[in-house]
Amino acid sequence: MTKQKGKIIAGVLAPHPPHLVYGENPPQNEPRSECGWEELRWAYERCRKSVLALKPDVLLVHSPHWMTVVGHHVLGLPHFKGISVDPIFPHLFRYSYDLKVDVELSLAIAEAGKQKGLITQVMKNPDFRVDYGTICALHLMNPAWDIPIVSISSNNSPYYFSNEVGQEQMLQLGDATREAIEKSGKRAVLLASNSLSHRHFTTEAEIPEDMSKEHIYHHGQYLWDMQILKLMREGKAKELLAVCPEFFDMASAEVKAGALAWMLGALGIPDYPATVHGYGSVIGTGNAVVEWRAPEVRL
Amino acid sequence: MKNSIITKALIVPGLPHPLLAPEKNPGWQKLRHAFEEARKEIENSDADLILYFSTQWLSVLGYSFQADPKPSFTHVDHNFHALGSMKYEFRVDTDFAKVYAAKVKALGHNTMLPNYYGFPIDTGTIVAQKLLNPTNRLPAAMVSCNMYAEKQETISIGRAAATALQESGKRAIAVLVSGLSNRFFVKEVDAKDDHISSAKDEEWNRKICELLSEGRLEDVAQVAREFGKEANGDMGFKGIWWLSGLCGETNAFSGKLHGYAPIYGTGNAVVTLTPKEPVLARTPDTTSNAIIDAPGAPEPVGAYPHARREGDFLFLSGVGPRARGKKEIPGVTQDSSGKVISYDIEIETRSVIHNVKAILEASGSSLDKVVDVQVFLTDMQKDFPTFNKIYAEVFGKIQATRTTIEINRLPTPIHVELKVIARV
Ligand SMILES: [Fe+2]
Repeated sequence: MTKQKGKIIAGVLAPHPPHLVYGENPPQNEPRSECGWEELRWAYERCRKSVLALKPDVLLVHSPHWMTVVGHHVLGLPHFKGISVDPIFPHLFRYSYDLKVDVELSLAIAEAGKQKGLITQVMKNPDFRVDYGTICALHLMNPAWDIPIVSISSNNSPYYFSNEVGQEQMLQLGDATREAIEKSGKRAVLLASNSLSHRHFTTEAEIPEDMSKEHIYHHGQYLWDMQILKLMREGKAKELLAVCPEFFDMASAEVKAGALAWMLGALGIPDYPATVHGYGSVIGTGNAVVEWRAPEVRL
Repeated sequence: MKNSIITKALIVPGLPHPLLAPEKNPGWQKLRHAFEEARKEIENSDADLILYFSTQWLSVLGYSFQADPKPSFTHVDHNFHALGSMKYEFRVDTDFAKVYAAKVKALGHNTMLPNYYGFPIDTGTIVAQKLLNPTNRLPAAMVSCNMYAEKQETISIGRAAATALQESGKRAIAVLVSGLSNRFFVKEVDAKDDHISSAKDEEWNRKICELLSEGRLEDVAQVAREFGKEANGDMGFKGIWWLSGLCGETNAFSGKLHGYAPIYGTGNAVVTLTPKEPVLARTPDTTSNAIIDAPGAPEPVGAYPHARREGDFLFLSGVGPRARGKKEIPGVTQDSSGKVISYDIEIETRSVIHNVKAILEASGSSLDKVVDVQVFLTDMQKDFPTFNKIYAEVFGKIQATRTTIEINRLPTPIHVELKVIARV
């Protein structure tokens, strides 16, 4: 019997501010909060409902906090367990994780990438600590942790040449990811774990979740974010990718790390509109939860 | 030198290869030996602690100071995980961390004293600790590298370490964990074929190594920005500003280059600097209302600084197109008597903007933080359209307020000058 062709059933721009996990107080996270960043947390709730209803077999994450310099890496062991402490906000995020990796698909992506001339590596050190960007995005998308995952690193080195070269390589990685998913026969959801504009405040409110202190770093960054979201909502991924290299520099955008381009590449540069589940700032940075659902994937 | 707060300053690379896989490549082995020599230089030192600044420990909210007295974990590098794991347990001087944090807080920065199990200590600090201080003979102190900090701020964080040492009555070995050129190969390279990514990076690295082996720490700090830009210096090589700020901003050291070698295309050196004169903390710290002279900008032609900071604002003196250390003015052709034969307003304007940028950056600001510009032109009718076009290229997106005035003459034979106010 031939396997049914696998499919990317949804792609999500899934930012990973640890603040969102902190605001929620899940049992895995040690610090406690009163509240905080509800707009984004509720956006995640809506997105989660929509995506999990599709019953995905696997969640794939591309995170800027697994930063690699030689090649694109994937987790290559079936199980990782440990504590993730955010080096920048350790007072908000000390999370005990326990996750299962879809090793077969991970290896297939690494192999497909290699076929395309990309450098890929499979991470097989059992002591490895999974980065907090991956953990946060996965928790926010699927707090039950009952779906296997694929974790892909953010390879920084192509950006030595230019933003365009870097982005081009992420699109190729996206293509490789799609091919591997199609061969796997699985129904996959892609999580691009990036925020948008990425200027942080360098000070913090006395109570981190004091929402009266939360706002975007400056108006220019907000305008950029709105421009980017407008293109997403209008289904103009091609135009979006064209302005991205400028966006990286003008808004110190975290999407420079490649997750968004990877996902759009994997989705075949979608020409259909995305759903913005919500937008909000976290310590000055712009974040949106956005879902791309291929028109043919209906409930 | 009993009264020196610094007994030795070191610059060491933070990649795990010399620790985990020296046998795989002669260069990595050389660095391992270099570390070994450096360790021997400090093994009998009577310092009270070893103080680290690593370019791999990045912070956003001001500065962090390791405050776990006994951090322990098994660390795996994000990129070079195949080389193996690094199990560690360190001894930390948390009293000093607190004093240092208080000094940095007094400068107006957010500070954090993380004391959490599992807090990720960066690869660079672990490698340096394991190779330089393997038995925890000296307690360690660790300060983070702020992602957004520029030159002046980073120097002031170094100076604050000096003040903290002075106040605590402690002497330290200062360690900057930083690579030199930081351009990794984008392709996999066999360990045996490792070399510096580009000839230009290599030249720059050699120059930096030469200066350091002559003990010229402050001179290296002065060229760091250029090095950072030209050779993709590790975090812009900003760590050197911290080290120089801590060590008195002088060249009074005897330097020794223990080894220099490539790791995956990047440049790496192990250097020790021994003070020739006692290093003392300078007081008082004036960085918050500083008078700024930018090494990249033309020499002032009168009794004024390039810029002056008041609160969160930076006021620049009028900036023209002249280039530092040069008689010829960019865009201006003069005869032998100095009379202007012709000038090109486009070249002059670009040079003015270049100088403004240099002053802003030396002051911890940048072009995108400019809020107000006054423009002086000597020939509005002829020069305004070209000037306006070049201006828009740079300032169009910044949207600073602007006033343009025609004037008879400027103090030197130039035709455009800018007076700028910016945020810091
Ligand atoms: Fe992030």
